[in-house]
Amino acid sequence: MIVGSIAGIGAGLAAIGAGIGIGNIGGKAMEGMARQPEAASKIQTAMLIAAAFVEAVALFAVVVAFLGTGQVN
Amino acid sequence: MDLSHIFNSKKFFSIAICAVLFSFLSFSAFSQEHASSDTAHATAAGAHDAKPEKEEDISKVILHHIADSHEWHFFGHVALPLPVILWTDNGLVSFLSNKFGHNDHGTELLDVDGTKLVYYHGKYYYPESVKSADGTYIAYNNKGDIMNTKPLDISITKNVVSLLISVTILLVVFIGIANAYKKREGKAPKGLQSILEPIIIFVRDDIAKPQLGHKYRGFMPYLLTVFFFVWLNNLMGLIPFFPGGANLTGNIAVTMMLALCTFILTTVNGNKNYWGHVFTPHVPWWLYPLMIPVEIIGLFTKPIALMIRLFANITAGHILILSLISLIFILKSVLVAGIAVPFVLFISVIELVVGFIQAFIFTILSALFIGMAVEEKHAEH
Amino acid sequence: MTLLALNPLVSPDPGLFIWSTVAFLILFFLLSKFAWKPIVKALDERERSIEDALSKAEMAKAEMAKLISENEDLLKEARLERDNILKEAKEIKDQIINDAKDQAKAEGTKLIEKAKDEITNQKLAAMAEIKNQVSSLSLAIAEKVLRKQLEDQDKQQALVNDLLKEVKLN
Repeated sequence: MIVGSIAGIGAGLAAIGAGIGIGNIGGKAMEGMARQPEAASKIQTAMLIAAAFVEAVALFAVVVAFLGTGQVN
Repeated sequence: MDLSHIFNSKKFFSIAICAVLFSFLSFSAFSQEHASSDTAHATAAGAHDAKPEKEEDISKVILHHIADSHEWHFFGHVALPLPVILWTDNGLVSFLSNKFGHNDHGTELLDVDGTKLVYYHGKYYYPESVKSADGTYIAYNNKGDIMNTKPLDISITKNVVSLLISVTILLVVFIGIANAYKKREGKAPKGLQSILEPIIIFVRDDIAKPQLGHKYRGFMPYLLTVFFFVWLNNLMGLIPFFPGGANLTGNIAVTMMLALCTFILTTVNGNKNYWGHVFTPHVPWWLYPLMIPVEIIGLFTKPIALMIRLFANITAGHILILSLISLIFILKSVLVAGIAVPFVLFISVIELVVGFIQAFIFTILSALFIGMAVEEKHAEH
Repeated sequence: MTLLALNPLVSPDPGLFIWSTVAFLILFFLLSKFAWKPIVKALDERERSIEDALSKAEMAKAEMAKLISENEDLLKEARLERDNILKEAKEIKDQIINDAKDQAKAEGTKLIEKAKDEITNQKLAAMAEIKNQVSSLSLAIAEKVLRKQLEDQDKQQALVNDLLKEVKLN
């Protein structure tokens, strides 16, 4: 169970980091698209890939939180 | 890549409306099932007292929904029993999952062709020789982990049935489309063909070509298969009733299999340039002891990240939807539904987009990794 | 065994792994053989045929433009030729007219000249005739007058006297 476990706090901290990261990626991508609308599709692809990499870090943290909680059933 | 035409199309909105309807259904299906599992708990387990509901039970229910199972639950007490196939010490045994009733508390010994088994929380174990204090044949170590050994379970579970259904749909749809292409050679696409053709072209022009360059042709079948397999299963996972509802792409075994396929493809197709990058990285020689292990670990973390990304995204979506509905039961008020249900609708629509984006991400990252493996020597990056 | 004691969510189930591997590989081989190959081929072919058609249309357009410009050239040439011919014809016509005019003028002048000559000749002849007539007539008249004058003796004497009176001997 995640509720009440310290692993949940860890996952939350990781989510903060990833949130900042993805927010930056999205914001910069928007800026780039506004500056160069003709490159929007390229920027979108690059943005999604970069966001996926950042997101992976948060997901690793969630999985580590799962690992830490052990048996659930 | 241009996703906007997909999101802007009328089709997208009709899909969104379908999602809204589905989530209403999921709400009703979930509540029915929840109620029935309560009664099942109360009646089936003599050892377990019918306790008042707690948050703990809710999280159990949610995990039960996400996990695999040996039967396909429809509503109330109606469930489709699925064949159990076990590779035990005495060879292969198989039986329907309802043959020994629905006791999954590990309190009953099952005698399958002379092999003694015990069914505990949806899994088959070899029983301990004596009952433990709580009336089960299950033993725990001091950390609370189950000590019993398990036979190899290769049953046709709910996920496997869902897998077979999705494979059948993909085969029927795409071989049908291929025939349509043969029959209407050189003509404009029609029907299903015209719906899926832009997506096939999207995979080719926005995923394969940019990442793989001129070598894209050989990897197109793999990328297309992965894309449509993941996408269809993501969508089927969002359907709350048969034939959907199985959390297939949110199951780590399936994503592990997919990531392993990508890993094998990158490893097999890796050229001299790729391996050179791993074993003779472009750093001063004295950094080799540090860099080579890092590069080798990098080989494995890429597919592992791929596996965990898909698993966690889809599972998180399911948990989110189920948790929002569970709020109604946790707070024991129908009024909560007024807030919870719109939220569920919202999340469901988001999940539709996530289902597509995750399929896209999985495919484009696979293409990226394969592209790194097959790329010719050129400027540093 | 600690790995097996993980949360069931993150411990892959071997049964499902086996089944999904088998199903996915079958799906992959069947689809790549019976679906992706013909679909990708058909898409490529169609793209090529569209490209061909487009380039052909482009070529036809160029051809058309060429034809049109050629036609225009021809038309211009024809018009120019027509203008030239017209101009030439006009020149010829003018020349013919002028020639005719000149000739007519010359002829006229000649005729007039001739007539004038004739007239002069006739006039001269007539003058000569008249002179002859006048001289003979005047002779006749003079004869008659003289005859008449000299018929009367007295008068002749008178005249001679008169004349002698006028002459004074100094």
